[in-house]
Amino acid sequence: MDAYSTEKSGEVQKAKILIVDDSMLNRSLLSDMLSDTFDIIEAENGQEAISILHEHELEISMLLLDIVMPVMDGFEVLAIMNNKGWIQNIPVIMISSETSNIYIDRAYDLGVTDFIGRPFDERTVRHRVMSVFMIADKRNELADMLSAQMYENEKDNNLMIEILSHIVEFRNGESGLHVLHVHAITDLLLKALVKKTDKYPLSSKEIRLIGNASALHDIGKISVPSEILNKPGRFTPEEFAIMKQHTVEGERMLNDIPFRQNEVLVKISCQICRWHHERWDGRGYPDGLSGDDIPISAQVVALADVLDALTADRCYKKAIPFDDAVDMILRGECGAFNPILLDCLRENANILKKDLTLQSFGHMSDKSIMSAVDEVLKSDGGVSGRSAQLLERERTKLKFLSDITHDITFEYVAEPEMISLSEWAAETFQLPVNIFSPSENEHWTSMFSKDDFVGFVEKMKSTTFDNPIVYGKYLMTIHGEKRWCKVLAKVFWSDSDHKLFEGAFGKISDINDETKTIEFWEHKADCDSRTGLLNHNAAKREITRLLSEANGRTYALAVIDLDDFKQANDCYGHLFGDEVLETMANRIRENIRSTDIGARMGGDEFIIFMEYKGNAEPQIKRVFKGLTGKYKDFDIGISMGVACAEDLVDYNELFLRADSALYSVKSETKNSYRFYNDSIEKIVRSNSGDED
Amino acid sequence: MTVKECYEAIESDYNDVLSRLRTDERIQRFLLKVLEDGSYELLVKSLEQRNMEEAFRAAHTLKGVCMNLSLTKLYQSSQAITEALRNRTEYGDDLKPLLDKVTADYEFTMKHIRALIS
Repeated sequence: MDAYSTEKSGEVQKAKILIVDDSMLNRSLLSDMLSDTFDIIEAENGQEAISILHEHELEISMLLLDIVMPVMDGFEVLAIMNNKGWIQNIPVIMISSETSNIYIDRAYDLGVTDFIGRPFDERTVRHRVMSVFMIADKRNELADMLSAQMYENEKDNNLMIEILSHIVEFRNGESGLHVLHVHAITDLLLKALVKKTDKYPLSSKEIRLIGNASALHDIGKISVPSEILNKPGRFTPEEFAIMKQHTVEGERMLNDIPFRQNEVLVKISCQICRWHHERWDGRGYPDGLSGDDIPISAQVVALADVLDALTADRCYKKAIPFDDAVDMILRGECGAFNPILLDCLRENANILKKDLTLQSFGHMSDKSIMSAVDEVLKSDGGVSGRSAQLLERERTKLKFLSDITHDITFEYVAEPEMISLSEWAAETFQLPVNIFSPSENEHWTSMFSKDDFVGFVEKMKSTTFDNPIVYGKYLMTIHGEKRWCKVLAKVFWSDSDHKLFEGAFGKISDINDETKTIEFWEHKADCDSRTGLLNHNAAKREITRLLSEANGRTYALAVIDLDDFKQANDCYGHLFGDEVLETMANRIRENIRSTDIGARMGGDEFIIFMEYKGNAEPQIKRVFKGLTGKYKDFDIGISMGVACAEDLVDYNELFLRADSALYSVKSETKNSYRFYNDSIEKIVRSNSGDED
Repeated sequence: MTVKECYEAIESDYNDVLSRLRTDERIQRFLLKVLEDGSYELLVKSLEQRNMEEAFRAAHTLKGVCMNLSLTKLYQSSQAITEALRNRTEYGDDLKPLLDKVTADYEFTMKHIRALIS
């Protein structure tokens, strides 16, 4: 193994160099000079290079970049690498026969590390590439060492704080869980607080520090005699005065610490120790501060302290159930707190309850320390080799998963706008793996129509950092066939301070068969099985919808009853009766427009709902004629009651009117129709009154 | 014919290329690739179509290839046309003789490279 290789999973792996040059001959020449020491990836223009960088950013150790190239030239590549921050981690050597100062200056300004001029000389090429590689490698090694050291430091700090606070708790006869709980509650309340209001502008680092410092809130109790500390009954005024001193004592102890490497931590700890028994209304101790004169760190720890004390067994009291404890605090029975903090508590009580049951063991895990270290490193822009390996593993898992599920998984990059598809998807749908400016790309828009795609991008942009999932259902063209597809994506927003739309990861699933099946059953559920017309429920739903969206349109509802249907059944048999019903249904279908509604209510009753303009009478008359007339030997006659909706929007009322009109036809002439009017209502209402 | 003799025949600098690419084997391998390089053809086509930007890139690439293999004679004519095409938007009659020279040198150079390989 030499200096340019790293050992990974037992086999020696060469570092990767990306060569970007439009001339195949030039690429091969460079590759020939370097391939014994490095793995070579080639790209023939800037755009190809960018898509390779997108995918393998962390694996590529160096770029050899030509300037003059088709599609996207070297300077554009450098501009994008700057924009993405890649230039900080991937050294670039320019290869060019352009030796004018303007070119060279511009390249150096854009972050290029070195130049190799043509013609290539093997010794020069190897020498330049290797020295650039060594420098970058040393830097990465240092970043890894720094990361490891920070991890150790952070771990040590936490350990010290934990030991210290546990000593206090054990002396206090407590389980040692109290500091962990206070830490967890403090953390959660602070995170909720900064989300809710910008009144307390705390960075994620400050929140972490307050959380760590919270463990020290009772450190002053070490100065309180244990007889007082562990006294089960009420304190005498003298004893209480001594007890109260633990706040001032705690602050004094911290101020006396001879070493103060972590100034902010000590400062916050002092605030917490001294003021975690102050009250919002000014009636706390030791200083009687009120409102926001009390530092927010102490306010939050005070609330966390009270909440955990209530829910734990103490020498002087039994534990109170979590929900009751929260209620007591919210009702102001256990102190006075900042109303915004109480809101945070109320809104997060359920999450807290769950978290505290999980927090009941162990100390701060390695994982959470590591994530704290990562967070710090991330803000400096460095990515260590260890993270690169983890990332590589995640990518392998993801590729496997998308290959076996046969969904189209895609990655969307906002700037420069690009879609990357999984290999499986690209092959199956005969699309390129990387698609630049997808909304202008005919391959892409022939599948995902431009309007739909642009709409989906807008949807993605309107998500938020906290709620980044989008969903849409679109009719896409897959293998020349229109199919319903579901698009699901998680949007990536840059770090929480700036919140820039970076892109998304998602999948497109074909749900056509599923949708068709659902539509089939929905339709089936809406239909009357004998006649295929809508059933009453479905008709009612549709009519109600049309009435509510009427917008000046006028509608009429006709309720129809077959005359002498019982006779048809009796004389010709039930099979014939069924035929009559089917004939009726067909006649209804033939006499209404596709936008009208025809339905079977049940038995021999039908309804028709139709739009009319001006006077409904001629239209109703035509329909009536169309529905009546002989079927075989049976003369189909109908009684029809009609009501015009006018300004009615209530289906039931409209139905009642039409039904009343029908009733009045039936009780008099039969085989006729009648419009509802006020006099009809009276007859029916009085009749139904008789029946009751 | 040796590589050295070939370079002498095409009026190019064998010592220069050997000092940079180190072995005859490698030089010969890349001379073969010059035959497959499409830059000359692209240059001719782009000029016919009056696509000046593409013509510049093709000439530039051809020049780079010649430089890398020390094909001195072809380098000089492709260098001349590259500079004539730099930042150029319109076709002009001055390009015709420059291209004719490139064509002559190109065919001359390729003829000898083919002879070396066969």
